[in-house]
Amino acid sequence: MDSLGAPPAPRDGATSAIRLDAVRIAFRLEGGGTYDAVAETSLEVAENEFVAIVGPTGCGKSTLLNAVAGLLKPVAGNVTVLGRPLAGLSREAGYLFQQDAVMPWKTALDNVALGLEVAGRPRAEALDAARGWLGKVGLARFTDRYPHQLSGGQRKRVGLAQVLIRHPKILLMDEPFGPLDAQTRQIMGNLLLDLWAADRKAVLFVTHDLEEAIALSDRVLIMSAGPNARIIGDHRIDLARPRDAADIRLDPRFHELHRAIWGQLKAEVIKTYGEADA
Amino acid sequence: MSRVKLLSLQILVGVVLLAIWWIGSNVKIFGVLLLPPFFFSTPGDVFARVVRMFATGLIWKHLWVTLIETALAFAIGAIGGIVFGFWFARKPTVAAVFDPYLKMINALPRVVLAPIFMLWLGLGIWSKVALGVTLVFFIVFFNVYQGVKEVSPVVLANARLMGLNERQLFRHVYWPSALSWMFSSLHTSVGFALVGAVVGEYLGSSAGLGYLIHQAEGVFDIAGVFAGMFVLAAFVLVIDWGVTRIEDRLLVWRPGNSLNDG
Repeated sequence: MDSLGAPPAPRDGATSAIRLDAVRIAFRLEGGGTYDAVAETSLEVAENEFVAIVGPTGCGKSTLLNAVAGLLKPVAGNVTVLGRPLAGLSREAGYLFQQDAVMPWKTALDNVALGLEVAGRPRAEALDAARGWLGKVGLARFTDRYPHQLSGGQRKRVGLAQVLIRHPKILLMDEPFGPLDAQTRQIMGNLLLDLWAADRKAVLFVTHDLEEAIALSDRVLIMSAGPNARIIGDHRIDLARPRDAADIRLDPRFHELHRAIWGQLKAEVIKTYGEADA
Repeated sequence: MSRVKLLSLQILVGVVLLAIWWIGSNVKIFGVLLLPPFFFSTPGDVFARVVRMFATGLIWKHLWVTLIETALAFAIGAIGGIVFGFWFARKPTVAAVFDPYLKMINALPRVVLAPIFMLWLGLGIWSKVALGVTLVFFIVFFNVYQGVKEVSPVVLANARLMGLNERQLFRHVYWPSALSWMFSSLHTSVGFALVGAVVGEYLGSSAGLGYLIHQAEGVFDIAGVFAGMFVLAAFVLVIDWGVTRIEDRLLVWRPGNSLNDG
């Protein structure tokens, strides 16, 4: 486990894709006062690196991710994306939400093509590209369906194509497969790994599922229970790639890593429930 | 229930009601007619009257006038409702300032405005259009306002991160959402446009279905009143059918509105 508090040093010369320096996030409460969601946190995601953040429910993982996307502004600290300080919404980031974020009034094809259309690409060209991406996520036969005519997993695939078609330089994922059933999650995990292997963007992947985190990522960060959540663990996952998100769970090394990380995570999860009971 | 069975039951209800009406107005029971023709007319007389209205071509002019008034009331009311709905939803301060006045006007029974509109706009079609507009405007306004307010924050955040600017957000997010709310109230608002037109005609005009009914009433021509009512009801059914067709086309993306739901 790396030492914490100071940002971990970048790996041998690799530039960092995402960098948080002493970021603190607080919300104003309606009845007055503030809620300190995330205490001073520093982290770094190198280019081509897949980093997962795991923590108990409600610990502020998503909040941290929203700060990287520029959806909310930290009260202190700096967010740097690809070497440039973040101002406003991040133009470099592709964000996959936990809830359905596709537009219900557009077909799968129009939803995916929209990102290119608004960037000024001709419609015919955008539609062609969208067809290609829907093929890549396995929805070639569902281009004309509206979101309500698709299953939850299929809607996630549309969302994934919608994000990837814009070729974002970094990918932010907020429990993207959270609402799906266990089998679909593993299939989606493999799809994500396949697509990611093509160009290895920097990924920040938030989840409460430790197994999913280990199966997918290069590094797993553990976040403590909120308020004043911090990153309390940083574990390198040295499993060989390419991986199969389902089969890798049978690997002995997977179990070693899982045991080591779970010991730390468990204490935080229990803390959350303890407070909820109190 | 199968289609055929449903249809035959629906027809049966109509036949029974007509039979009661016919017996009541034609057959003396213990020496009295339960539905004296002076007050209730008879199915035969009303039917003959309806046939005559269409045969002489008299009805077409009145139907046309009512249709034009309804269409204009709906169009003007809907455009006003959309513009103000968007404006108020995007500018909460404006909405807060005008809120009590909107509530006040909306609470007013619109019929009391009819004489004022007649005074201002005369006995032609515009006083009827104005009455319909006051009804349609508020329905569309409240729905568009709600539609803009209720856009899912996640869809909105996603759209912003996809790089949509304000104008594009309007076109791809707010507009379709507001439109879907507006169309879900289409039956009500078109119905109210018609109510405005007919009530306006009834209170003072020289053409339209409301005028026709009012004229017949004035000379105790009950068959004429009933004939006018039946034509009006049929007219409403035709308009409603048209609205349903438009709705099915425009709201295909909505759950429950398309046949290949899955």
